[in-house]
Amino acid sequence: MNGFFDIPSDLQHSYGGLIAIHLQEALVPVLVGLLLALPIGLLCVHYDWIYGPVLWTSTVLYAIPSIAFFVVLIDYTGLSQLTVMIPLCLYSLVVLVPAVVDGIRSVPEETNAAASAMGIGLARRYLQVQLPIAVPAIMAGLRVAVASSISLVSVGALIGNQGGLGNLLTTAQLYGRPRLAVTSVVTTAALAIVIDALLVLLRRVLTPWEPPSGGAAGRSGAATTAEDAATRTPEGAS
Amino acid sequence: MIAIEDVSKRYADGTVAVDRLSLQIPNHSITVLVGPSGCGKTTTLRMINRMVEPSGGTIRVDGEDIRSRPVNALRRSMGYVIQNAGLFQHRTILDNIATVPRLLGWSKQRARERAAELMERVGLDPAMARRYPYQLSGGQQQRVGVARALAADPPILLMDEPFSAVDPVVRRGLQEELLRIQGELGKAIVFVTHDMDEAITIGDRIAVLRTGGKLAQFATPDEILSSPADPFVEQFLGADRGIRGLSFLSTRDLELDRSRVFPVGSDWREIAGRDPEGTPVLVTDADGKPLGWADPGAWDGDLADLEPYGPSFEVGRDSLRVALDRAVLSPTGLAVAVDASGQVLGVAGQETVAAAIRVARQRRAADTPQETASASAKAGR
Amino acid sequence: MNVLDFMQSFFSDGSQWHGYDGIPQRVWEHVQYTAGALAIAAAIGLPIGLVTGHTGRGGNTLAFLATGARALPTFGLLVLMFVWLGLGIVPVMIPLVVLAIPPVLITTYEAIRTVDPAPVDAARGMGMPEAQVLFQVEVPAALPLILSGLRSATIQIVSTATIAAYVSLGGVGRYILDGLYQHNYEKVAGGAALTALLALLVLVLFWAVGKVAVSPGVRTRRAA
Repeated sequence: MNGFFDIPSDLQHSYGGLIAIHLQEALVPVLVGLLLALPIGLLCVHYDWIYGPVLWTSTVLYAIPSIAFFVVLIDYTGLSQLTVMIPLCLYSLVVLVPAVVDGIRSVPEETNAAASAMGIGLARRYLQVQLPIAVPAIMAGLRVAVASSISLVSVGALIGNQGGLGNLLTTAQLYGRPRLAVTSVVTTAALAIVIDALLVLLRRVLTPWEPPSGGAAGRSGAATTAEDAATRTPEGAS
Repeated sequence: MIAIEDVSKRYADGTVAVDRLSLQIPNHSITVLVGPSGCGKTTTLRMINRMVEPSGGTIRVDGEDIRSRPVNALRRSMGYVIQNAGLFQHRTILDNIATVPRLLGWSKQRARERAAELMERVGLDPAMARRYPYQLSGGQQQRVGVARALAADPPILLMDEPFSAVDPVVRRGLQEELLRIQGELGKAIVFVTHDMDEAITIGDRIAVLRTGGKLAQFATPDEILSSPADPFVEQFLGADRGIRGLSFLSTRDLELDRSRVFPVGSDWREIAGRDPEGTPVLVTDADGKPLGWADPGAWDGDLADLEPYGPSFEVGRDSLRVALDRAVLSPTGLAVAVDASGQVLGVAGQETVAAAIRVARQRRAADTPQETASASAKAGR
Repeated sequence: MNVLDFMQSFFSDGSQWHGYDGIPQRVWEHVQYTAGALAIAAAIGLPIGLVTGHTGRGGNTLAFLATGARALPTFGLLVLMFVWLGLGIVPVMIPLVVLAIPPVLITTYEAIRTVDPAPVDAARGMGMPEAQVLFQVEVPAALPLILSGLRSATIQIVSTATIAAYVSLGGVGRYILDGLYQHNYEKVAGGAALTALLALLVLVLFWAVGKVAVSPGVRTRRAA
């Protein structure tokens, strides 16, 4: 194919293999991030005063360039996938924690009151009432986090071929084969779009009560939350 | 005068919001558009200032087709008040009110002076001028909304459910305030509400619209209550329209009984002797103000033993509806009638009120001008 | 040696503070890249966001475009632009602008679209021209959210502008990349600290702009 898919052997992976690595390095951190964000978000809703410091810390962490993160982590985790995935996981928290908090806060007060009145306990209320209602906001945050994560994995190429499809970029320069860079960018973008579409689909399945047409506005509305949340400052939280 | 002539509004999806509506809205009066949701009342109002364009028919203001003027000039000549006031949260109260004068090119100074004047007119504390809308209660915000609409002194005021979002007590105050301001300014007011009580309270004329945007009846509140045009209007009025209609009948000609009113210090034994059945009497103080009910045969003159007389009604100001209500509430079945200074003029039982209602009905049948009847009674509610 | 020690020795090295590779010079370059990319992104994103938000049309198209822009990998785009266009500022600006447009565009659109419709209706009903309705009623009310979108974009640019160093340009990314190649962790930690400081500066700057530009009457809306 004119060199678009002719992967140099020193990458030690086929085209498909690179995609698999890329997805793994991008999605596992977001998944872990989500698992962390759910309890952290709940804590932030429960104890309002910790939300500010959490936001400040995460914003500063978010501002630290991924490459600097990778380099610092090499000392501890070596030239491994873990070195790439730890910062990505931290970045995802910056988007996901506010998404969870906003999602839970979007639960109408009457709904919470009704749940307590029916004698539903705190844990049950969180799992069965608040989380389902928070799904649209959380999914919007997830979409932003996943897109950002898929994009950032490529930077891992700078620390010794840990960047999945991004490795094609360094190789493209090394061997003077720009077509490999095109392959990398187009494939990465395509991955991001496909995963995003899957997330939209997942959201529809998880929230059958939301009208699909009206959901278009609601979705982008929630996306703002996530965009905004990425660098929300504490004064905005209180 | 606003003339709505054969106006319709059909939407692309086929729904008809207003169907060939014709209404004459006179100057110096409040015309209320009332009806259930989906009756096209708000659409009709919004067609007057071209927030909605009719699909057919013509609207004229003082004979001139509203389409003959630039739309923004037209809107600036009409005050517009909406539910929740729709204040600009980023502007102070004063600057909110000054909006239309500023649009009309007034200097900032003059617009603000005018705004301060309007604040006083609608009963707002001048100290609020520099505050922002969020610092005001819902009722105060609505007053600002009214002041803003009046700022450029437009001859027409369009009000779209302006008082629907405030609690009943505040709404009552706002309605009274509106009537007071209207008494001073005499605008042509078009007022939309879904609340028939509100329509009756403030309307000089009421247009009842039915679902699908058809006019069911256009008449004075009194006429609508006494002779609803069809079962729809009757149902919309509710079960107590007869009693509510009494609001329009004055207590001026009520035959009051003075023979049961006595000042303190009267000879109670003598009074008891005159009436062996021991019917209660109303005791007043030396100034003629009511103190309470007593059984003259059993009372020892101790004011603390008097039966409370409950609320009274003011002759002339209150309507027969109030008089009947007081009689129903009274422990003796007799309502206490007072004059403006609070002196007792007499008492009236439910039968007396009923007789007055019969007289008033007969008089109406003999074609008393109803406009004056409703206008004089309006102040009393 | 931990990260803090690296930072300390980086900043206490007097030679870091002057010359073409000195901290003031690199920070100034970084600020220029950031300001340039933000200005271009705002010049594209703000007008489109304002107009679509005002008319309420084109939201789905915008969401689609934003998804596409987010999907483009920033680093990949940089390398691609570099191999196509060669050295220069343009290959750096393109990925940074692509990165910054979605938050500016989508947030502005949403901020305007979700302004309380009642004052807008009242403004039209009072005979306010459409341009004034947008700039005197909608924008003042939407300003906190619009600013938050710009702030979000700026933070992302500050963090990502480090990649300029990868294509031989300056900025504080120079320290990170040089440190990586020279195995000089002091430089990496120092560069990272400078980026974080710049980000904090951005937060403070936007906080100040918000204080000055947003009317005290505007209540912060909870985004949800």
